[in-house]
Parts: sequence; C-alpha cells; structure tokens
Amino acid sequence: MRKVPDNRAWWLVLPVLLLVALSALVPLMTVVNYSVQDIFGPGNAYFVGTEWFRDVLRDERLQESLLRQFGFSAAVLAIEIPLGIGVALMMPRSGVKASLCLILLAIPLLIPWNVVGTIWQIFARGDIGLFGWGLNELGLDYNYTGNPMDAWLTVLLMDVWHWTPLVALLCYSGLRAIPDAFYQAAEIDRASRWAVFRYIQLPRLRNVLVIAVLLRFMDSFMIYTEPFVLTGGGPGSSTTFLSQTLTTLAVGQFDLGRAAAFSLVYFLIVLLVSWLFFTAITHMDRDR
Amino acid sequence: MAEIRLRSLAHSYERQPKGADDYAIRQLDHVWHKGGAYALLGPSGCGKSTMLNIISGLLQPSEGDVLFDGERVNELSPRDRNIAQVFQFPVVYDSMTVFDNLAFPLRNSRVGKARIQARVEEIAGVLELENLLNRKARNLTADEKQKVSMGRGLVREDVSAILFDEPLTVIDPQLKWKLRRKLKEIHEQFDITMIYVTHDQLEASTFADKIAVMYEGRIVQFGTPTELFENPNHTFVGFFIGSPGMNLIAVERCDGGVRFGDTTFPLSPTLNERLGEAGSTNIKVGIRPEFLQLAEADSDTYPARAMDVEDLGTYQILSVNLDGQILKARLSEDARVSAGDMVHLRFPAGWLKVYVDDYLIQEGSA
Repeated sequence: MRKVPDNRAWWLVLPVLLLVALSALVPLMTVVNYSVQDIFGPGNAYFVGTEWFRDVLRDERLQESLLRQFGFSAAVLAIEIPLGIGVALMMPRSGVKASLCLILLAIPLLIPWNVVGTIWQIFARGDIGLFGWGLNELGLDYNYTGNPMDAWLTVLLMDVWHWTPLVALLCYSGLRAIPDAFYQAAEIDRASRWAVFRYIQLPRLRNVLVIAVLLRFMDSFMIYTEPFVLTGGGPGSSTTFLSQTLTTLAVGQFDLGRAAAFSLVYFLIVLLVSWLFFTAITHMDRDR
Repeated sequence: MAEIRLRSLAHSYERQPKGADDYAIRQLDHVWHKGGAYALLGPSGCGKSTMLNIISGLLQPSEGDVLFDGERVNELSPRDRNIAQVFQFPVVYDSMTVFDNLAFPLRNSRVGKARIQARVEEIAGVLELENLLNRKARNLTADEKQKVSMGRGLVREDVSAILFDEPLTVIDPQLKWKLRRKLKEIHEQFDITMIYVTHDQLEASTFADKIAVMYEGRIVQFGTPTELFENPNHTFVGFFIGSPGMNLIAVERCDGGVRFGDTTFPLSPTLNERLGEAGSTNIKVGIRPEFLQLAEADSDTYPARAMDVEDLGTYQILSVNLDGQILKARLSEDARVSAGDMVHLRFPAGWLKVYVDDYLIQEGSA
C-alpha cells in the first residue's frame, strides 16, 4: 500500500492541542502575562519587564522560605525512600499477611491532607494528644506550637507517616516483579543478603524508584495544607514553606505581579530538580 | 567435588500427596560418582529439573536423603553445598558488567583479587566473552547472556558439582554444538562432577559418559549411550532413544515363545521360564529398526508388506506391515525396496528384547 501524505491529518491532533491549551498553556501564559506587568485595574496595566523577577529573587523572606523548602524536601526523600524500601523488603510475599499489610499501608494514603493535619494537630498536643503527652511524660520537653525544632520534626513526621506507604507500595510492586530465577541464581552464586539487595533488588527497583522519588519530591516541594493546619506556618515562620509564602503573597497581599513571577520561578525549580533526578537515575547504569 | 548419592528420594509439590500421580519424583536411589560427566535425559515433566533442584538445594525433597560424600545435606542451602547450577533461561545481573557477573560467585566466596582476575579471564576465554567483559550485562543478546550465565556456573573451581538445566535451549544450533564441546573440554580439564539435564538424546550422548534416562519420576536406566541403545532396560528407553525409536509389539505367551496374531516368536527356555515366573500378561517384544533385517525367505524369516520408504540421504527408513503391526527398519541407502513389495524380515537372535511390565527380562543373571 502506498502512503499518501495528507496534511488534513493534522486536524486529528487538534483535540489534544485544545485540551493541553486549556489545561496548561492558557493558565500558564496568564501567569506569564501577570509576571511582566504591573496591573492596577482592568485596562490599567504597565509593562515592567523583569522587575518582578528581580524583586522576588532578592526578597529575603522568599529566599528563607526556599531554603527551608529544600531542607524539608531533602529530609523527606532521605527518610521516606530508604524507609519505604525497607518496609517493602520486610513485607511478606504472599498470603493473608501480605494482603493485611497492603491494607494497613494504604490507610494513611486514603486520608485527605487537611484531615492528616488535624489528626496530628490533636495527636501531638501536649495536653490531650497521646503522642505529645507521651513525649512529655517521658521527660522530653516537646511543644510544637512553641518550639520551631519540634514543629519542624512534627511536620516531617506527619509527612513520613502519610507518604512512606506510597513509596513502600511502589517498591513492593517492584520487588514482586522480580522473577524467582534471580533469587535462585543468587543463592547458587552464594550471594549474601546484602549482595542480593545491592545487585538484584535495587537495580530492579530503579524504575519504580524514579517514580517514587519524583512524586515525593514534587509533592513535598509543594506541601501546603498539613503545616498550615498544624501550625499555620509557625512558630514564627519556621514551618512556612514555599507554597504558603506564595499564597500569602497572591491571596493575602494581592500582589499579583510578584506572585506570578514567583510562581514561574517555583515551577522552573520543580521542573529542573525533577529533570535532574530523572536523568541521574536513568543514566546510572549505561555502558561507560 | 563430591559423590552425590540420592537415597529413597521422593518429591511431591503437593502438601499432602494422595497417590503416586502426585509425585514428581517417585522413590529413587541413585549415585552420581565423583568427577563423572552425566546426562539426565527425559521428556518434559518427567522430574528432571525437580531432581536437579533437589541436588542443588533449591528444593527440599519431601522424602529421602541427599548425601554428598556420605554426609546428609538435606538441610543445607545451595550456598553451603557449594554447588553451581546453570538454568534453562539466562539469568544475568544486568546492572553489572560481564566481568562483574563472572566475578560475582568468586567475590561471594571471598576469593583473592588476583585469582578472580585470572579465573574470570580464563573462563571468558573459554566462552569467547573476552571482548564483552566491560559491557553491561543488560545490553547483551540472549546468546551472550546465556554464556555469561554458564560462565558464572563454571567460574568457581572448588564446587561439589556443576548442574546444567537444559542450558543450551536459547542458543542457536551452530553455537550449541560448540558450547557442548567446550563443556566436555572443561570437564576433561577440571574433572568436576557435571550433571546435564536435557530432553535431547544427541545432546546427552555427546556430552555425557553415562546417561540416566528419567521417565515418570523414575530413573529407568543408567548407562553409557551404547548400553542405552543396544540394551534398553525399559520400553521407554527403547522408544525415546534412537530415531526412529524401538519397534514395540504387544504379545502374549504361547507354546515355546510369544505370539501376536498368527505370528510367533520362539524364545529360549530361560526366557520362557522367566516369563512364566513373572506371571504378567503385559508382555512386549522390541527390536531396534537398525537391527531388523531384510533377507531371503527361509524358515527364520517373516513375510511382511512394505508400506512406505523414507529416504533420509545416508539411509532409508522402511515401514512394513507384519501381520497388522507397523514396524520400521533402517536400510542402507542402496537397498531397493518400494511401497507394496513383499519383504522377508529377520529378527536376529539377541536383538529381539522381551519386556514384562515394560522392564527388560534377559537371558543372563537378572
């Protein structure tokens, strides 16, 4: 059969283009539009070039918030990824116990963000919360509303509790996909438990780990609801992360130009870091 | 290196086996001697791989013992049995290079660095993998992967035995032949006990000094390729070994011998006596196509009609109808027989075997 080039075929792409335009391009361009103008009202806008961007990048409050955000995401990844792998490795392979573990793991994932915040807000209280009260009874001076360190740890703990199951589930599925033949070969080759993990399980978890790392990075980098419900970003601004700062800027102060410029920078950071992770992990075992 | 003895071994994959049919291996005693090259030959599902996994320790037998040099090793892991095994489908550690793959079993056994280097290069040389040593295993072809898999089995020097589970299945024919020779060479060079599972008789006989034929969970005969060919101990061996397999005819006892239809085969008094002692009605006679002869008509020959002649180049396969039974005979390429001819068959004494309940009965000591 001879192929006939027909440019009308491009019309078939139209629905996708429309969908992408409406869902991503148009909103994004609106933000771009705001970020380069100073708008006083309808029909009363001035082009200001890169002024908002320079402004935003120099803003100390934002810089601090960005730093805090990176610290938080790094901590989240450093804890949740190894912990998730560990949990997945310890889970039974099959049977009733495996199903039970899966259900237990899935429960935190089913709870809405603000409910998670509320749960921990109460759970960690020193007077009526079991966790906070328990720590205090053990002689630790724990108070997440007063002590920045405690607040930080509580937010972190909350995130670990909420999202480690996701990493664990992903890894568990990856582990189950490894054929038995590999374990048999490893046993024949006298591999230690560590060697089995390092040379069989870990390499075969690579693909799910790409997903887990990216999801956890993006999600944690955009965290908003939980710390907002738990501490409102306090004490002081110790748990005020990027998206909360942005919200204050855009909704609280109605500073649209700055907020738009900041949104774009935020977006580019997420994109850049995700790309870095993705490239790093997928290039790990190419032939040198 | 070790002598591997299987004592009243039986295995069932069921938790509570109900009958003989639930057993993959049925009550079996066998010895694999130190330093031998053995093949374990049988059709799919006869229990070959099960037996191999029991020897290596990947599987715990449900009954009986596995002994290495007289010591019971049932509870020992493959690691502690120090055994190497090559699987049917290639298993490579794909994040590692070929070199690291081959070095892996040695590193796990804490072999010195210099020794590892030397040994890996030696094995890579034998398997012609030298040029691939620095490549990641994931980028290899199926052939190359299987060679790496085999290399990992061969690389350790101190193993009790090396087990091969149809290792050449995924390899193309040309290379298959070469690798089989290599294995044989390696065996001669290092004198390691090797057990080679296959369903291919040619593969078995080119590799092994002695072949164990397995059928329905039992080893029905253990012998040299010649023994299996000339003196099949079981109708299955007769049928499975040889191409085409042995002609088998169900017969019943009669005066002085056995018969089917109007055809009778006289038997020696000893055989007659043995048949009487056995008391079974499941009697068969068998003769290999190679030993069935065409002859001039005389009192020892049986008239039959030629049905079909297949010319296979260097020889011909003749199918004849003897009193309703189709028999095959292998003829030299210059024999002139065509379909429809009347021929006279001779069953040379000694090549007509008698089987009771599928097992051979013989003249000599039973």
